Amino acid sequence: MEKPLTQRIRSDGEVVDIGAYESTGGYQALRKALKLVPKEIIEIVKQSNLRGRGGAGFPTGAKWSFVPLGPEAPRPKYIVCNADEMEPGTFKDRVLLEGDPHEVIEGLMIGACAIEADVAYIFLRGEYKLAGQRLARAVEEAYQRGYLGKNILGSGRNLEMVLHMSGGRYMCGEETGLLNALEGKRANPRAKPPFPQVSGLWGKPTIVQNVETLANLSHIINNGPEWFKKLSLTPDGGTKLYGASGKVKRPGVWELPLGTPAREILEQHAGGMRDGVKFRGMLPGGASTDFLVEEHLDVKMDFNEVQKAGSRLGTGTMIILDDQTCPVGMICNLEQFFAQESCGWCTPCWSGLAWAAKMLEAIEEGRGELGQLDKLAYITRFVAPGNTYCALAPGAAEPLQSGLKYFREDFERHIREKRCPWSH
Amino acid sequence: MLRPEVRQEIEAELEHYPTKQAVCIDAMLIVQKHRGWVSDESLKDLAEFLGMSVEDLDGVATFYNLIFRRPVGRHVIMVCDSVSCWIMGYERLRKHLTSRLGIQMGETTADGRFTLLPIVCLGTCDHAPAMMVDGDLHRDLDPEKVNVILEKYQ
Repeated sequence: MEKPLTQRIRSDGEVVDIGAYESTGGYQALRKALKLVPKEIIEIVKQSNLRGRGGAGFPTGAKWSFVPLGPEAPRPKYIVCNADEMEPGTFKDRVLLEGDPHEVIEGLMIGACAIEADVAYIFLRGEYKLAGQRLARAVEEAYQRGYLGKNILGSGRNLEMVLHMSGGRYMCGEETGLLNALEGKRANPRAKPPFPQVSGLWGKPTIVQNVETLANLSHIINNGPEWFKKLSLTPDGGTKLYGASGKVKRPGVWELPLGTPAREILEQHAGGMRDGVKFRGMLPGGASTDFLVEEHLDVKMDFNEVQKAGSRLGTGTMIILDDQTCPVGMICNLEQFFAQESCGWCTPCWSGLAWAAKMLEAIEEGRGELGQLDKLAYITRFVAPGNTYCALAPGAAEPLQSGLKYFREDFERHIREKRCPWSH
Repeated sequence: MLRPEVRQEIEAELEHYPTKQAVCIDAMLIVQKHRGWVSDESLKDLAEFLGMSVEDLDGVATFYNLIFRRPVGRHVIMVCDSVSCWIMGYERLRKHLTSRLGIQMGETTADGRFTLLPIVCLGTCDHAPAMMVDGDLHRDLDPEKVNVILEKYQ
């Protein structure tokens, strides 16, 4: 089984430095990309069926095709690596950033070639200190070898790359919130349209891509779109970094063909549930995805199939709920997170999520009333897509609405018994 | 007045961005690296240096949780309270830390040694529960391990 994204990553936890990266084919894709015209690169990526790995799954080539190209296009243009991995339960981009930073950087360079970007920013969450040190060093190495700066490898093309350490907050991972953060503002979302591809950073065309998405690009350029599609078990191309956390025997991250069934990830790779606990449900791709339960375990973990099962692939890192853990407490923890991280821009979000969190706290502590379950369901509709500028609140609704569906009896039991049945 | 070394670091950041305001978060983090937190006085100096109003800059400062607008202890403990750590024993960890240090979340010990803060998912969920102390990640925690770790930070 091919594992292009993680093939170079060292088992001793040390970083792949530029020497090791170059001696295993590193920066050959950049050399190829520098000889292609932007439209050719975009076409290759379109044909590969690469979809964004940050959570939304937007086709990468299609995203790029909205950027104005040619001598008339506004300049400078920007490309941003979204390394603000803050979705609770998600720990996959860290593996790439710490293990093989040049792979991410080369992807960023190829993306820059495709949209004729002049400046690339790496937006890294402030807590990823080790990744920050390794990225800073890798960027420096890339400048020294002439992969960055003016007249890259004699191509006549220029690219500056800057590492930005974030000041915190979940909202920074939201595409337009991130742009505001880079401009030195509060990370509130922006209205779309205009889309960032046309008017992003400082009003100029800007592309924002997730770390894992970027890490795929050198392999697509080197091996071609047909090879990339064959890596996957489904029509969307490539492998995927899957993960599992919670009370499983071997929590971790694994690079597997896109579309690997959830059961295989849970049982073979994560080793199944720990002794003495049983599987009750899971959030398949981070905190802002709907719960799936036992009957869904054979779902292929790709964008379309998980959606058909009633959830989203999201980041592909599963959070497992076991029978010794209170589902109401878990959902309460999730909604407290979303309420706290709401930036306060849209009323349904700041008001609705705080209200939901308060009711969930009451239910969990044995002060709940049956009528609150209808109110919670109402809030999930109140924050539905279209009522807010960004996807934070609609994402917050996902574990809540599905939790109310699959764990209704657990909610009612808390209310009936006026206590959490899991607390001793 | 901004100290020369602080000013120099901020000026280096300015080269990477088209506006002065863009570096304001970096600038506050630079001040914090040198002084531990961002005081009203530092905020005023920075606002002037960056051509922003103090109110606008404070609006940015108070949005970002890694920028401290109040003094913190010599060591800052950030305990992950997000979902995977919650499943794997965050509550037990929180109770242990608050009782051992004798402070609640958001407080600083009387001797100024530790500030205790909650933090969202640290992205190390396969080694939950986790915390950071001064930027060092500590994972797979239990109360005994926490005791040993705290001794390293005097």
